[in-house]
Amino acid sequence: MALTVETVLEGIKEIVVEVAGIDAGIIAMDKKFTDDLDVDSLSMVEVVVAAEEKFGVKIPDEEVTKMATVGDAVNFIVANGK
Amino acid sequence: MTRRRVVVTGLGATTPLGGDVSSTWEALLAGKSGVRKLEDEWAQSASVTFAARVAVEPSEVMERVEMRRLDRSEQFAMIASREAWKDAGSPDIDKERLGVVIASGIGGVITMLDQYDVLKEKGARFVSPHTVPMLMPNGPAANVGLELQARAGVHTPVSACASGAEAAGYALEMIRNNRADIVVTGGVEAAIHELPMAGFASMKALSTRNDAPEKASRPYDKDRDGFVLGEGGGILVFEELEHAKARGAKIYAEVMGQGLTSDGFHIAAPDPDGQGVTRAVKLALADANIPLSEIVHLNAHATSTPAGDVAEANALASALGSDISHVAVSATKSMTGHLLGGAGAIESIFCVLAMYHHKAPPTINIENLDDAVTVDVVRDVPRELPQGSIACLNDSFGFGGHNVVLVFRSFEG
Repeated sequence: MALTVETVLEGIKEIVVEVAGIDAGIIAMDKKFTDDLDVDSLSMVEVVVAAEEKFGVKIPDEEVTKMATVGDAVNFIVANGK
Repeated sequence: MTRRRVVVTGLGATTPLGGDVSSTWEALLAGKSGVRKLEDEWAQSASVTFAARVAVEPSEVMERVEMRRLDRSEQFAMIASREAWKDAGSPDIDKERLGVVIASGIGGVITMLDQYDVLKEKGARFVSPHTVPMLMPNGPAANVGLELQARAGVHTPVSACASGAEAAGYALEMIRNNRADIVVTGGVEAAIHELPMAGFASMKALSTRNDAPEKASRPYDKDRDGFVLGEGGGILVFEELEHAKARGAKIYAEVMGQGLTSDGFHIAAPDPDGQGVTRAVKLALADANIPLSEIVHLNAHATSTPAGDVAEANALASALGSDISHVAVSATKSMTGHLLGGAGAIESIFCVLAMYHHKAPPTINIENLDDAVTVDVVRDVPRELPQGSIACLNDSFGFGGHNVVLVFRSFEG
């Protein structure tokens, strides 16, 4: 089953809630991990590892550095997931 | 130039006797034991099945997300520091004049061992990116420093079981030397885990009184057989006297001096002559420069080991001479267990409160006082201390031959 934006966004929300303790209600495609969601560079590593496990996708380090917003991560996973 | 004087204006703690200072002090005066049988699965088959865990789990007072980024020792430091800072009145201070000196004997050993399990079971990719900040021994000091935005310096002395006392001594010097006006100081430890416990047990350092955990920590008793591992921590706010007065701060006691020496004798065993301890006491008294007649109380290191307690008592008697006769000695590890790097810190708090309330806490579990102990031990119930200006000593020693003695005095305004 192909990943959709909706399902991946829901998955990312769960991960960010777990890692950063942010209210799921404020997590949206345009939110920035660092500025809006209290996900610093260390916590971003946790988000990435959890997302890789959840969606069975490999997210290379050079892609992680480009992921400023939740939407950047969701779109990468949808495009590269199975 | 007159020396800058240092007073204590805030206290915070989380210990096996209570989740804060007041509950800990109340249980201490009541002679309660914080030692319990461990519920952990690994403990059931261990050679020692008990320890002194904190009375209030961090999860009861801390958000889940904050907890997962902090080692247990760092959690203790944050909890106790918040209480101490609030107790001090959350002073408004130039952050470049605010320091932090918080010690730990072992650092984030539980994080290190847990993440090693993750590495072996799941692979390197799953090792938490928070591992290093959580396992570093300066982590507790660094996290407190970050929260308070302290910029005068954040430090972590490491000297095993003397660490907490050494931190307080370092804080005293930071203020005396005019590097800071306020220093948040103390020590923490979170090492109740099967590996450190197996290591201490292998040294024959731990009590093995598995059938009666609450009776296991019994300093000065004839049948003492080792120390009981405890966890938790204590934090004190040290402040330059005029700074404290200017803002109308509550002053608990004055920090009068410190004495530091090393044994040069053995990596773990105490020097039976105790000359390192004797010298540390003399140095501390010289630094404090107060009449020996004022010394009415001593919170002993007394961990309940066969060799250590008597060597210490003899060294104290030797250092104080005939003045030992008016010193009420308390061994509070009989109730808290041994907090390693946190010990010197919580015992400094006990000293400060003893000076503030003019009351010495008891030593419990002495059924038959060891004949070799000649000092005046406060047994079973607290003892009133004289009114007027009084002073006390807190001595702490660590594996490696570290000796630290601190002097506190009642503050008479």
